[in-house]
Amino acid sequence: MTDQAVSTADTTKLGAQRTLWGDVWRQFVQHKGGVAGTIVFMTIVLVVVFGPFIHTVDPQFLDIRNKNLGPTFAHPMGTDNLGRDMFAQILAGGRITLAVGILAMGLSLVLGTLVGVVAGFFKKLDGILMRTTDLFLALPLLPLLLVIIMLFRDPLRQAFGPEMGIFMLIVFVIGITSWMNTARIVRGEVLALKEREFVLAARSIGTKSWTTIWRHIFPNVLSPVMVSATLGIANAIITESALSFLGLGFPSDFPTWGRLLFDGTSFMTVTPIRVVWPGVMISLVVLSINYIGDGVRDALDPRIRGR
Amino acid sequence: MLNYTLRRLLFAIPTLIVISFIIFAILALAPSDPTGNLPLTIPAEVREKIRIALGLGEPLPIRYLKWLQQFFINEPLHAIEQMFGFSFGGGEARTRVVSFATRGPVMDTIMERMPQTLWVVGLSYVVGILIAVPIGVISAYKQYSWFDQVGTFVSMVGFSVPTFFTGPLLIVIFSVQLGWFPSVYDTTLEVNSLGTFWQQIKQMIMPVTVLAFYNAAQISRFMRASMLDNLSQDYVRTARAKGMSEKVVILTHVLRNSLIPVVTVIALGIPTIFSGAIITEQIFRVNGLGQLLIIGIQGADIPMVQTLTFMFAVLIVLFNLIADIVYGLLDPRIRYD
Repeated sequence: MTDQAVSTADTTKLGAQRTLWGDVWRQFVQHKGGVAGTIVFMTIVLVVVFGPFIHTVDPQFLDIRNKNLGPTFAHPMGTDNLGRDMFAQILAGGRITLAVGILAMGLSLVLGTLVGVVAGFFKKLDGILMRTTDLFLALPLLPLLLVIIMLFRDPLRQAFGPEMGIFMLIVFVIGITSWMNTARIVRGEVLALKEREFVLAARSIGTKSWTTIWRHIFPNVLSPVMVSATLGIANAIITESALSFLGLGFPSDFPTWGRLLFDGTSFMTVTPIRVVWPGVMISLVVLSINYIGDGVRDALDPRIRGR
Repeated sequence: MLNYTLRRLLFAIPTLIVISFIIFAILALAPSDPTGNLPLTIPAEVREKIRIALGLGEPLPIRYLKWLQQFFINEPLHAIEQMFGFSFGGGEARTRVVSFATRGPVMDTIMERMPQTLWVVGLSYVVGILIAVPIGVISAYKQYSWFDQVGTFVSMVGFSVPTFFTGPLLIVIFSVQLGWFPSVYDTTLEVNSLGTFWQQIKQMIMPVTVLAFYNAAQISRFMRASMLDNLSQDYVRTARAKGMSEKVVILTHVLRNSLIPVVTVIALGIPTIFSGAIITEQIFRVNGLGQLLIIGIQGADIPMVQTLTFMFAVLIVLFNLIADIVYGLLDPRIRYD
C-alpha cells in the first residue's frame, strides 16, 4: 500500500524522496498520545496472542480448593469462585474480545465504505441509500441488539456450535449496526472528489465506473476510512462488552472481558479484584485506541501536517 | 422556520412507521416461541389456545396493524381520558397494548417506571452539563496549560472507560470497602423526612456520578473544540481591540457563540443516554425503563419490548428534530428553506 503511493513533488530537498505515507508517519510519530496508545495497544495484543504459550494454565480448569484467591505467584490475577485462573481467563477472553472488535470493525468498514462510495458516485442510488442510512441512525441500537441476540442466539448456536454461533452473531449484528457514520463521511468525500479533474480525465479515456472507483476514488477516501477504522474497533469492543455485561453476549464458559466483568460483579464483596482486571483491560484498550485515532486523524489532516 | 418544522414533522411520520415495522418484524419473525418457556406438560392444543389468547393467532400484517392502532389511537385516547376524566365512549371496545408477562397494559407499567429513570438519568445529564461547560471553557481559554492537559486527559479517560466498569468500581470502593453508599437503589423508599431525604440522596450519588462523568467527558470535548474555533475568530480580536474586559469577551461573546453547536450535541445526546442508562440501571438495580426492557427481553415479553424500543426510537427522531430546530433558532446564519 505504501510503496505505490503518490510521491510528493518536493524536489527542493535533497536526499531520500519523501512520500505521502512517509509524511503521515513522521507526523504520527510526533503525536505523543498516538505513540503511547500504539505501544499500549500493541503490548496488549502481543500479550493476549502469545501469553497463553507462556502462561499455560487451562482457563476452564476447575480447582475448587483454590477458589477466590487473591493474586499469588501461581495465579497472577487470583482465581474465581470455581478456582479458575483469572489471568488465563483474561488472556483467553482478550483474544475473543479483540477478534470481535477487529472483525466487526472490518465488516462495518466494508459496508460503510461501499454504501458511501456508491451513494456518492451514482446519483440515482444516492437518495435511497442515504434515507436508509438516516433510518439506521434513528434506530435505538442497544435495545435492538439485545433483542436480536436474545431471539437468534439459540438457533444459531444449534447451527454453528455454541462458540462459533454466538461469535458470528455478535460480529454480524455489531457490524451491520455501526456502518452509518463511515458511510456518511465517505459519501461526502466522494461527492467532492467526483468533480475533480482526474476523475473527469479517467472518464474521458473510457474507464468504467467501477474501475474509476477502485483506482481513483477509493485511494483518496482512505484517510477518513482509516480514522473510522481505529475508532470502530473501540466502538465494537465497547458494544460487545456491554452486551456481555448485560448477560446477553458470550456465555460464561466462553467468556470475553465484558462477561468476566459481569461474572465478577456477583462476587464484589468476596473478591473485588475480579471486577478490576477485565474492566481495566477494556478501558486500557479503548483508551489506547482512542489516542491512536486522535493521532491518525492529526497525521492524515493536511492542514496540521503542513505545519 | 415554521414551514421547515412542519415539513420535518411530516417527514418523521414515515420514518417512524418504517422503524416500528422493522422492530415488529424482528420480534415477529424471530425463530423463538413466546410459549417456549411454559412447562412441557401443557398439551399442544392448550398451548395453541394460549397463543391465540396472547393475540398470536392472526397473520402478521393484521397483528402489525392492530398494534399500530393500539399504540397510536387507543393509548393516546386512554391517556386523555385518564387525564381529563371524560369519556370518548366505546372505551370498553378499545384494546390497549397488553404485556404477556403481567397481562396488564404496558403503558401503565412504563408510567410507573418512568420517574426513576427520569430522576437518575435527567439529574446525571444536568450535572454532567454543569461540570462540562466550565471545564471546556477554561481548557480552551488556557490551551496547553496544565489545566487543559489534565482536563483533556480526564475527559479522554471518561469517554473511554465504559459505565459498566466505573459503576462496579465505585461500588467496590464506596459500598464494599468504605461502606458510605448503598450499592442497590431502593425504589420503595418514601421521602417524608430529613432522614429519608438524606437516604435518597445517598443512594442516588453513585448512579448519577457514573452517568454524569461519562456525559461530562463527552460534552467537555465538544465545548473545548467549539471554544477554540471561536477564540481564533476576527470578532474576538475586534472585541478586545475595543477595550472590552476579558470577562465580557469570553463570557458574552465567545461562550454564547460556542454554545450553539454544543446545545445541538446535548439535544442529540438525550436519547442515547436513555439507552446508556440501561446499563447503569442494571448495575445499581434501579427499576427504571432500562431494567424493564431487560426483564422484558429475558421473559420474551414481546409487547413490552416492542413498545419500549419504539419509544426509544421516537425519542431519537424527536430529539434529532429538536436539535436541528434549536440550531436554526440559535444561529441566524442557518437558513433551512
